[in-house]
Amino acid sequence: MISFTVNDHAVSVDAPGARRLLDVLREELGMTGTKEGCGEGECGACSVLIDGEVVNSCLVSVGQVEGCRVLTVEGLERNGKLAPLQHTFLERGAAQCGICTPGMLLSAHALLQRNPTPTYEEAQTAIAGNLCRCTGYTKIIEAILACPTRPS
Amino acid sequence: MPYPTFLKPRSLSEALDLLATTADCRPLAGGTDLMVLLHSRQIRPAALLDIWSLGELKGIREVDGAIEIGAAEPYTGIIESDLVQRHLPALAEVSRTIGAAQIQNRGTLGGNLGTASPAGDTLPVMLAADATIVTSRRSISASEYFVGYRKTALRSDELLVRVRFPRDGRAIRFRKIGTRQAQAISKVVMAVCLEPARVAIGSVAEVPLRAPSAEAALDRGDVDGAVDAVVDDIRPIDDVRSTAAYRRRVTQNVLRRLLQP
Repeated sequence: MISFTVNDHAVSVDAPGARRLLDVLREELGMTGTKEGCGEGECGACSVLIDGEVVNSCLVSVGQVEGCRVLTVEGLERNGKLAPLQHTFLERGAAQCGICTPGMLLSAHALLQRNPTPTYEEAQTAIAGNLCRCTGYTKIIEAILACPTRPS
Repeated sequence: MPYPTFLKPRSLSEALDLLATTADCRPLAGGTDLMVLLHSRQIRPAALLDIWSLGELKGIREVDGAIEIGAAEPYTGIIESDLVQRHLPALAEVSRTIGAAQIQNRGTLGGNLGTASPAGDTLPVMLAADATIVTSRRSISASEYFVGYRKTALRSDELLVRVRFPRDGRAIRFRKIGTRQAQAISKVVMAVCLEPARVAIGSVAEVPLRAPSAEAALDRGDVDGAVDAVVDDIRPIDDVRSTAAYRRRVTQNVLRRLLQP
Protein backbone atom coordinates (compact mmCIF):
# COMPACT_ATOMS: atom_id res chain seq x y z
CA MET A 1 0.00 0.00 0.00
CA ILE A 2 1.16 3.51 -0.82
CA SER A 3 -0.05 6.26 1.52
CA PHE A 4 -0.18 9.99 0.88
CA THR A 5 -2.71 12.81 1.11
CA VAL A 6 -4.85 14.16 -1.68
CA ASN A 7 -6.43 17.54 -0.95
CA ASP A 8 -5.74 17.04 2.76
CA HIS A 9 -7.47 13.64 2.87
CA ALA A 10 -5.31 10.62 3.71
CA VAL A 11 -5.44 7.93 1.05
CA SER A 12 -3.83 4.51 0.72
CA VAL A 13 -3.77 2.83 -2.65
CA ASP A 14 -2.87 -0.71 -3.59
CA ALA A 15 -1.08 0.10 -6.84
CA PRO A 16 2.28 -0.74 -8.40
CA GLY A 17 4.78 1.93 -7.34
CA ALA A 18 5.72 2.49 -10.97
CA ARG A 19 2.18 3.42 -11.99
CA ARG A 20 1.68 7.06 -12.99
CA LEU A 21 0.21 9.33 -10.32
CA LEU A 22 -2.14 10.64 -13.05
CA ASP A 23 -3.65 7.18 -13.58
CA VAL A 24 -3.99 6.50 -9.86
CA LEU A 25 -5.80 9.82 -9.34
CA ARG A 26 -8.21 9.25 -12.21
CA GLU A 27 -8.73 5.50 -12.17
CA GLU A 28 -8.17 4.38 -8.58
CA LEU A 29 -9.39 7.46 -6.73
CA GLY A 30 -12.00 8.54 -9.31
CA MET A 31 -10.71 12.11 -9.35
CA THR A 32 -11.07 13.00 -12.99
CA GLY A 33 -10.48 16.74 -12.58
CA THR A 34 -6.83 16.11 -13.50
CA LYS A 35 -6.69 15.70 -17.29
CA GLU A 36 -4.36 13.79 -19.54
CA GLY A 37 -3.14 15.73 -22.57
CA CYS A 38 0.09 14.61 -24.16
CA GLY A 39 1.30 12.13 -21.56
CA GLU A 40 4.86 13.30 -22.20
CA GLY A 41 5.32 16.31 -19.96
CA GLU A 42 4.83 18.86 -22.73
CA CYS A 43 1.31 20.22 -22.18
CA GLY A 44 0.74 20.59 -18.43
CA ALA A 45 -2.90 19.40 -18.53
CA CYS A 46 -2.15 16.85 -15.80
CA SER A 47 -0.47 19.39 -13.48
CA VAL A 48 -0.91 18.82 -9.75
CA LEU A 49 1.01 20.17 -6.77
CA ILE A 50 3.24 17.83 -4.76
CA ASP A 51 4.23 19.40 -1.44
CA GLY A 52 3.32 22.78 -2.94
CA GLU A 53 5.31 22.42 -6.18
CA VAL A 54 3.70 22.08 -9.58
CA VAL A 55 4.57 18.89 -11.47
CA ASN A 56 3.20 16.89 -14.38
CA SER A 57 1.40 13.93 -12.79
CA CYS A 58 2.05 11.87 -15.95
CA LEU A 59 5.76 11.97 -15.13
CA VAL A 60 5.53 11.01 -11.46
CA SER A 61 5.21 7.41 -10.38
CA VAL A 62 2.85 6.92 -7.47
CA GLY A 63 5.55 5.22 -5.40
CA GLN A 64 7.36 8.54 -5.37
CA VAL A 65 4.54 10.39 -3.58
CA GLU A 66 4.53 8.11 -0.52
CA GLY A 67 4.13 10.48 2.43
CA CYS A 68 3.61 13.55 0.20
CA ARG A 69 0.82 16.12 0.01
CA VAL A 70 -0.89 16.12 -3.38
CA LEU A 71 -3.21 18.97 -4.40
CA THR A 72 -5.52 18.55 -7.40
CA VAL A 73 -8.09 20.92 -8.89
CA GLU A 74 -10.76 19.28 -6.72
CA GLY A 75 -8.91 20.61 -3.68
CA LEU A 76 -9.06 24.29 -4.63
CA GLU A 77 -12.66 24.90 -3.54
CA ARG A 78 -13.41 25.59 0.09
CA ASN A 79 -16.63 24.37 1.75
CA GLY A 80 -18.29 23.75 -1.59
CA LYS A 81 -17.45 27.23 -2.87
CA LEU A 82 -15.10 28.01 -5.72
CA ALA A 83 -11.79 29.59 -4.77
CA PRO A 84 -11.32 33.28 -5.71
CA LEU A 85 -8.92 32.22 -8.48
CA GLN A 86 -11.57 29.96 -9.99
CA HIS A 87 -14.06 32.85 -9.85
CA THR A 88 -11.78 35.19 -11.72
CA PHE A 89 -11.16 32.49 -14.35
CA LEU A 90 -14.95 32.32 -14.86
CA GLU A 91 -15.50 36.07 -14.85
CA ARG A 92 -12.63 36.86 -17.20
CA GLY A 93 -13.31 34.16 -19.77
CA ALA A 94 -10.11 32.33 -18.94
CA ALA A 95 -11.70 28.92 -19.55
CA GLN A 96 -13.05 27.85 -22.91
CA CYS A 97 -12.94 24.15 -23.77
CA GLY A 98 -11.67 23.46 -20.27
CA ILE A 99 -9.06 20.78 -20.85
CA CYS A 100 -6.15 22.98 -19.80
CA THR A 101 -8.06 24.72 -17.00
CA PRO A 102 -7.29 22.39 -14.05
CA GLY A 103 -3.59 22.52 -14.83
CA MET A 104 -3.66 26.27 -15.41
CA LEU A 105 -5.41 26.79 -12.07
CA LEU A 106 -2.79 24.74 -10.25
CA SER A 107 0.17 26.50 -11.88
CA ALA A 108 -1.47 29.83 -11.07
CA HIS A 109 -2.23 28.68 -7.53
CA ALA A 110 1.42 27.67 -6.99
CA LEU A 111 2.51 31.11 -8.24
CA LEU A 112 0.07 33.04 -6.03
CA GLN A 113 1.03 31.04 -2.93
CA ARG A 114 4.62 32.10 -3.46
CA ASN A 115 3.98 35.56 -4.86
CA PRO A 116 0.51 37.05 -4.23
CA THR A 117 1.16 40.09 -6.44
CA PRO A 118 2.89 38.78 -9.57
CA THR A 119 3.76 40.90 -12.58
CA TYR A 120 2.38 40.10 -16.02
CA GLU A 121 5.72 38.52 -16.91
CA GLU A 122 5.80 36.40 -13.77
CA ALA A 123 2.30 35.13 -14.54
CA GLN A 124 3.42 34.32 -18.10
CA THR A 125 6.42 32.37 -16.84
CA ALA A 126 4.31 30.51 -14.27
CA ILE A 127 1.98 29.11 -16.95
CA ALA A 128 4.66 28.54 -19.61
CA GLY A 129 4.35 24.80 -19.01
CA ASN A 130 0.58 24.77 -19.61
CA LEU A 131 -0.60 24.77 -23.20
CA CYS A 132 -3.98 26.28 -24.11
CA ARG A 133 -5.28 26.09 -27.68
CA CYS A 134 -8.39 28.23 -27.12
CA THR A 135 -7.77 31.45 -25.24
CA GLY A 136 -4.48 32.77 -26.57
CA TYR A 137 -3.45 33.02 -22.89
CA THR A 138 -4.26 36.73 -22.47
CA LYS A 139 -7.47 36.17 -20.54
CA ILE A 140 -5.81 33.54 -18.37
CA ILE A 141 -3.02 35.92 -17.40
CA GLU A 142 -5.55 38.70 -16.77
CA ALA A 143 -7.53 36.35 -14.52
CA ILE A 144 -4.42 35.46 -12.52
CA LEU A 145 -3.54 39.14 -12.08
CA ALA A 146 -7.12 39.97 -11.11
CA CYS A 147 -7.33 37.34 -8.38
CA PRO A 148 -8.41 39.44 -5.40
CA THR A 149 -7.06 37.45 -2.53
CA ARG A 150 -4.15 35.29 -1.82
CA PRO A 151 -5.24 31.65 -1.99
CA SER A 152 -5.37 30.03 1.40
CA MET B 1 0.53 -3.85 -18.39
CA PRO B 2 3.28 -5.38 -16.25
CA TYR B 3 5.00 -2.76 -14.10
CA PRO B 4 8.63 -2.83 -13.07
CA THR B 5 9.29 -3.63 -9.43
CA PHE B 6 9.50 -0.36 -7.51
CA LEU B 7 12.45 -0.11 -5.12
CA LYS B 8 12.61 2.74 -2.63
CA PRO B 9 15.97 2.85 -0.85
CA ARG B 10 16.39 5.14 2.17
CA SER B 11 20.06 5.87 1.69
CA LEU B 12 22.69 6.00 -1.05
CA SER B 13 24.40 2.88 0.30
CA GLU B 14 21.12 0.96 0.27
CA ALA B 15 20.52 2.22 -3.28
CA LEU B 16 23.94 0.98 -4.38
CA ASP B 17 23.33 -2.43 -2.79
CA LEU B 18 20.00 -2.75 -4.61
CA LEU B 19 21.53 -1.60 -7.88
CA ALA B 20 24.30 -4.19 -7.59
CA THR B 21 21.98 -7.06 -6.70
CA THR B 22 18.92 -6.36 -8.89
CA ALA B 23 18.97 -7.43 -12.52
CA ASP B 24 17.92 -4.87 -15.14
CA CYS B 25 17.39 -2.06 -12.64
CA ARG B 26 17.02 1.58 -13.76
CA PRO B 27 17.57 4.52 -11.41
CA LEU B 28 14.60 6.93 -11.40
CA ALA B 29 14.91 10.51 -10.16
CA GLY B 30 12.52 13.23 -11.38
CA GLY B 31 11.16 11.02 -14.16
CA THR B 32 10.92 13.72 -16.82
CA ASP B 33 12.58 11.48 -19.43
CA LEU B 34 12.24 8.01 -17.96
CA MET B 35 8.50 8.10 -17.27
CA VAL B 36 7.82 8.93 -20.93
CA LEU B 37 9.95 6.01 -22.09
CA LEU B 38 8.33 3.65 -19.58
CA HIS B 39 4.78 4.62 -20.45
CA SER B 40 5.38 4.27 -24.19
CA ARG B 41 7.17 0.96 -23.50
CA GLN B 42 10.31 2.08 -25.26
CA ILE B 43 12.10 0.68 -22.22
CA ARG B 44 10.92 -2.19 -20.02
CA PRO B 45 13.30 -2.53 -17.09
CA ALA B 46 12.60 -5.24 -14.50
CA ALA B 47 12.98 -2.75 -11.66
CA LEU B 48 13.00 0.98 -10.91
CA LEU B 49 15.26 2.36 -8.20
CA ASP B 50 13.69 5.55 -6.79
CA ILE B 51 16.60 7.84 -5.91
CA TRP B 52 14.62 11.11 -6.05
CA SER B 53 14.48 11.66 -2.30
CA LEU B 54 17.97 10.57 -1.29
CA GLY B 55 19.55 13.35 0.76
CA GLU B 56 23.05 12.43 -0.45
CA LEU B 57 22.02 13.42 -3.99
CA LYS B 58 20.48 16.79 -3.07
CA GLY B 59 21.83 20.20 -2.25
CA ILE B 60 24.27 22.80 -3.56
CA ARG B 61 27.48 23.44 -1.62
CA GLU B 62 30.75 25.27 -1.87
CA VAL B 63 33.54 22.72 -1.29
CA ASP B 64 37.29 23.38 -1.71
CA GLY B 65 37.02 26.06 -4.35
CA ALA B 66 34.27 24.27 -6.24
CA ILE B 67 30.50 24.38 -6.38
CA GLU B 68 29.02 20.91 -5.97
CA ILE B 69 25.47 20.21 -7.05
CA GLY B 70 23.67 17.01 -6.06
CA ALA B 71 22.73 14.79 -8.99
CA ALA B 72 19.07 14.76 -7.90
CA GLU B 73 18.83 18.48 -7.07
CA PRO B 74 16.07 19.86 -9.30
CA TYR B 75 16.61 22.78 -11.68
CA THR B 76 14.38 24.97 -9.50
CA GLY B 77 16.91 24.61 -6.68
CA ILE B 78 19.72 25.51 -9.08
CA ILE B 79 17.87 28.56 -10.42
CA GLU B 80 17.13 29.83 -6.90
CA SER B 81 20.60 29.12 -5.47
CA ASP B 82 22.63 32.19 -4.43
CA LEU B 83 25.84 30.21 -4.93
CA VAL B 84 24.91 29.31 -8.50
CA GLN B 85 23.73 32.83 -9.32
CA ARG B 86 26.98 34.27 -7.99
CA HIS B 87 29.51 31.79 -9.36
CA LEU B 88 27.79 29.91 -12.20
CA PRO B 89 25.26 32.33 -13.68
CA ALA B 90 25.31 30.42 -16.99
CA LEU B 91 24.04 27.30 -15.21
CA ALA B 92 21.15 29.25 -13.67
CA GLU B 93 20.43 30.73 -17.10
CA VAL B 94 20.40 27.37 -18.88
CA SER B 95 18.26 25.81 -16.14
CA ARG B 96 15.58 28.47 -16.73
CA THR B 97 15.34 27.41 -20.39
CA ILE B 98 14.57 23.75 -19.63
CA GLY B 99 10.85 23.07 -19.96
CA ALA B 100 8.85 25.22 -17.55
CA ALA B 101 8.01 25.06 -13.84
CA GLN B 102 6.70 21.48 -13.96
CA ILE B 103 9.92 20.18 -15.54
CA GLN B 104 12.22 22.49 -13.56
CA ASN B 105 10.71 21.13 -10.33
CA ARG B 106 11.64 17.55 -11.27
CA GLY B 107 14.45 17.66 -13.85
CA THR B 108 18.01 17.24 -12.55
CA LEU B 109 21.64 17.42 -13.67
CA GLY B 110 21.86 13.69 -12.96
CA GLY B 111 18.96 13.13 -15.33
CA ASN B 112 20.58 15.22 -18.05
CA LEU B 113 23.78 13.19 -17.59
CA GLY B 114 22.04 9.83 -17.29
CA THR B 115 19.93 10.33 -20.42
CA ALA B 116 22.96 11.90 -22.13
CA SER B 117 20.88 13.23 -25.01
CA PRO B 118 23.02 15.31 -27.37
CA ALA B 119 20.36 18.01 -26.82
CA GLY B 120 20.75 18.00 -23.01
CA ASP B 121 20.92 21.72 -22.33
CA THR B 122 23.13 21.72 -19.24
CA LEU B 123 25.76 19.49 -20.83
CA PRO B 124 27.59 22.18 -22.89
CA VAL B 125 27.76 24.31 -19.74
CA MET B 126 29.39 21.41 -17.87
CA LEU B 127 31.88 20.99 -20.71
CA ALA B 128 32.70 24.72 -20.89
CA ALA B 129 33.14 24.82 -17.11
CA ASP B 130 35.46 21.76 -17.03
CA ALA B 131 33.03 20.17 -14.59
CA THR B 132 33.74 16.84 -12.94
CA ILE B 133 31.10 14.17 -12.65
CA VAL B 134 31.32 12.48 -9.27
CA THR B 135 29.84 8.99 -9.14
CA SER B 136 29.54 6.47 -6.33
CA ARG B 137 32.95 5.08 -7.42
CA ARG B 138 35.07 7.81 -9.00
CA SER B 139 35.33 11.20 -10.64
CA ILE B 140 34.98 11.56 -14.40
CA SER B 141 35.87 14.67 -16.35
CA ALA B 142 32.87 15.96 -18.30
CA SER B 143 34.95 15.87 -21.48
CA GLU B 144 35.47 12.10 -21.03
CA TYR B 145 31.96 11.23 -19.95
CA PHE B 146 30.06 11.16 -23.26
CA VAL B 147 31.23 8.19 -25.31
CA GLY B 148 28.53 7.77 -27.97
CA TYR B 149 24.91 8.50 -28.82
CA ARG B 150 23.23 8.39 -25.40
CA LYS B 151 26.20 6.32 -24.22
CA THR B 152 28.27 7.35 -21.22
CA ALA B 153 31.27 6.22 -19.24
CA LEU B 154 28.91 5.27 -16.40
CA ARG B 155 28.78 1.59 -15.46
CA SER B 156 25.55 -0.22 -14.68
CA ASP B 157 26.33 -0.56 -10.96
CA GLU B 158 27.37 3.08 -10.58
CA LEU B 159 25.21 6.04 -9.54
CA LEU B 160 25.70 9.71 -10.34
CA VAL B 161 26.15 11.52 -7.03
CA ARG B 162 27.05 15.14 -7.80
CA VAL B 163 28.58 17.48 -10.34
CA ARG B 164 31.57 19.58 -9.30
CA PHE B 165 32.09 22.92 -11.03
CA PRO B 166 35.46 24.59 -10.42
CA ARG B 167 34.93 28.03 -8.90
CA ASP B 168 37.53 29.81 -10.99
CA GLY B 169 35.60 32.89 -11.99
CA ARG B 170 35.48 32.02 -15.66
CA ALA B 171 32.76 33.82 -17.60
CA ILE B 172 30.61 31.37 -19.55
CA ARG B 173 28.18 32.69 -22.13
CA PHE B 174 25.24 30.57 -23.11
CA ARG B 175 22.70 30.50 -25.92
CA LYS B 176 20.00 28.01 -26.80
CA ILE B 177 18.18 27.99 -30.14
CA GLY B 178 14.82 26.22 -30.20
CA THR B 179 11.48 26.62 -31.91
CA ARG B 180 10.06 28.73 -29.07
CA GLN B 181 11.28 30.58 -26.00
CA ALA B 182 9.78 28.10 -23.53
CA GLN B 183 9.14 24.36 -23.67
CA ALA B 184 11.47 23.77 -26.61
CA ILE B 185 14.11 21.13 -27.28
CA SER B 186 17.32 22.64 -28.60
CA LYS B 187 18.28 22.77 -32.28
CA VAL B 188 21.64 24.15 -31.25
CA VAL B 189 22.79 24.85 -27.69
CA MET B 190 26.16 26.42 -26.95
CA ALA B 191 28.31 27.48 -24.02
CA VAL B 192 31.43 29.53 -24.67
CA CYS B 193 34.28 30.81 -22.54
CA LEU B 194 37.14 33.05 -23.70
CA GLU B 195 39.61 32.49 -20.89
CA PRO B 196 40.34 29.58 -20.99
CA ALA B 197 39.08 29.04 -24.53
CA ARG B 198 36.09 26.70 -24.44
CA VAL B 199 33.47 26.14 -27.12
CA ALA B 200 30.96 23.46 -26.13
CA ILE B 201 27.95 22.62 -28.29
CA GLY B 202 24.92 20.36 -28.09
CA SER B 203 22.46 19.02 -30.72
CA VAL B 204 25.12 19.13 -33.45
CA ALA B 205 26.56 15.61 -33.16
CA GLU B 206 25.84 12.26 -31.53
CA VAL B 207 27.24 13.64 -28.28
CA PRO B 208 27.50 17.08 -26.69
CA LEU B 209 31.05 18.08 -27.63
CA ARG B 210 33.85 20.57 -27.33
CA ALA B 211 35.00 22.14 -30.59
CA PRO B 212 38.81 21.70 -30.67
CA SER B 213 39.53 23.67 -33.86
CA ALA B 214 37.41 26.60 -32.73
CA GLU B 215 39.07 26.53 -29.31
CA ALA B 216 42.54 26.48 -30.93
CA ALA B 217 41.64 29.55 -32.99
CA LEU B 218 40.33 31.32 -29.87
CA ASP B 219 43.58 30.52 -28.09
CA ARG B 220 45.31 32.54 -30.83
CA GLY B 221 42.75 35.31 -30.35
CA ASP B 222 41.35 34.61 -33.81
CA VAL B 223 37.58 35.06 -33.55
CA ASP B 224 36.96 34.87 -37.31
CA GLY B 225 39.08 31.72 -37.45
CA ALA B 226 37.04 30.15 -34.65
CA VAL B 227 33.79 30.90 -36.47
CA ASP B 228 35.21 29.42 -39.70
CA ALA B 229 36.65 26.36 -37.97
CA VAL B 230 33.69 25.40 -35.81
CA VAL B 231 31.87 23.69 -38.70
CA ASP B 232 34.74 21.20 -38.92
CA ASP B 233 34.18 20.25 -35.29
CA ILE B 234 30.49 19.36 -35.55
CA ARG B 235 28.58 16.49 -37.19
CA PRO B 236 24.98 17.68 -37.43
CA ILE B 237 22.20 15.62 -39.00
CA ASP B 238 18.74 16.24 -40.43
CA ASP B 239 16.09 15.20 -37.92
CA VAL B 240 12.61 16.12 -36.70
CA ARG B 241 13.79 19.32 -35.08
CA SER B 242 16.05 20.81 -37.71
CA THR B 243 18.40 20.22 -40.63
CA ALA B 244 22.15 19.74 -40.73
CA ALA B 245 22.55 22.82 -42.95
CA TYR B 246 20.57 25.03 -40.56
CA ARG B 247 22.52 23.75 -37.57
CA ARG B 248 25.86 24.50 -39.27
CA ARG B 249 24.78 28.02 -40.11
CA VAL B 250 23.28 28.68 -36.68
CA THR B 251 26.31 27.23 -34.90
CA GLN B 252 28.53 29.76 -36.67
CA ASN B 253 26.12 32.64 -36.10
CA VAL B 254 25.64 31.87 -32.42
CA LEU B 255 29.36 31.44 -31.87
CA ARG B 256 30.06 34.80 -33.51
CA ARG B 257 27.36 36.43 -31.38
CA LEU B 258 28.66 34.89 -28.15
CA LEU B 259 32.22 35.98 -28.94
CA GLN B 260 31.25 39.62 -29.38
CA PRO B 261 32.53 41.69 -26.48
